[in-house]
Amino acid sequence: MRSIWRTLDQRLLRDVAAVAAGAAVSGASFGAISVAAGLPWWLPVVMSLLVFAGGSQFMAVGIVAAGGSPAAAVLAGLVLNARHLPFGLAVGDVLGRGLVARLVGSHLLIDETVAFALAQRDPARARAAYWSCGVALFGAWNASVVAGALAGQAIGDPAAFGLDAAFPAALLALTLPALKDRKTRHAALLGSAVALATTPFLPAGLPVLLALGGLVVAFSGKAVRA
Amino acid sequence: MTLTAVLVLAVGTYAFRLAGPLLRDRLALPAKARELMSMSATVLLVALVATSSLMKGQGFAGWALPVGVLVGGLAAWRKAPFVVVVLLAAATTAGLRLLGA
Repeated sequence: MRSIWRTLDQRLLRDVAAVAAGAAVSGASFGAISVAAGLPWWLPVVMSLLVFAGGSQFMAVGIVAAGGSPAAAVLAGLVLNARHLPFGLAVGDVLGRGLVARLVGSHLLIDETVAFALAQRDPARARAAYWSCGVALFGAWNASVVAGALAGQAIGDPAAFGLDAAFPAALLALTLPALKDRKTRHAALLGSAVALATTPFLPAGLPVLLALGGLVVAFSGKAVRA
Repeated sequence: MTLTAVLVLAVGTYAFRLAGPLLRDRLALPAKARELMSMSATVLLVALVATSSLMKGQGFAGWALPVGVLVGGLAAWRKAPFVVVVLLAAATTAGLRLLGA
């Protein structure tokens, strides 16, 4: 029994390490891109510590670098990060009961930690997965942003290494078990279709939120209540 | 990008994050609603996978990216270890880009 636990936990840690390694490379490129865009080295570092949401950080810096206003960058980042609210509703229990656990754990609520937690069967493992993934990614992301900001443009384009494929592939692998459920699968497919169809017309972040419309599948084909 | 902008983005993002766990406590939710919430997280994650592997900005990302993600996805479906899935996806995309796809 004990050895099963150990093996499982080692496997979990290895999976977390793989995701953290990917995050470290994108963190380094985020630091480098920010400095190349003319920001002082400490600003991407502070941003990574306090915002800790890679997608919105890249987008905000990108908007400002392209001549947009900081207000537009903040607004776009907030729209992109609005998905954390439904994420929190879904995995809120995993964080722990105490106030400190909630306050700290909420800051670690990111796509990867949610996916890791949802991929576990029992609550204890979900909590271990959430926290180990959160702490590892927070450390890897922030350390690499510092390194990237200091190293500057020496770091190349992460797309050349195919790292932009690593993130969706990791999320896909983590969500596959949940997709065994027919209703969830249909909702996810419909939602993805909505998100893809609306991406050309809407600001980033909104299409993913609209994917929640796919949940109508969950209400269909059910006996009418009341 | 200014420090003020960073702080506003940080506070707003944290508010979104904290709202879920706190709201969940206040509401005594029926089992059906809880099930719906974990379903909605999966729907959001899959939509994120779809958009981030097919689109770059508001246009098509090119073939290298979705093919890499698909190869990773197939490996995961065939029960390949997670590390292999991630590496295979990145290597496929990088390789296709090297070939000019």
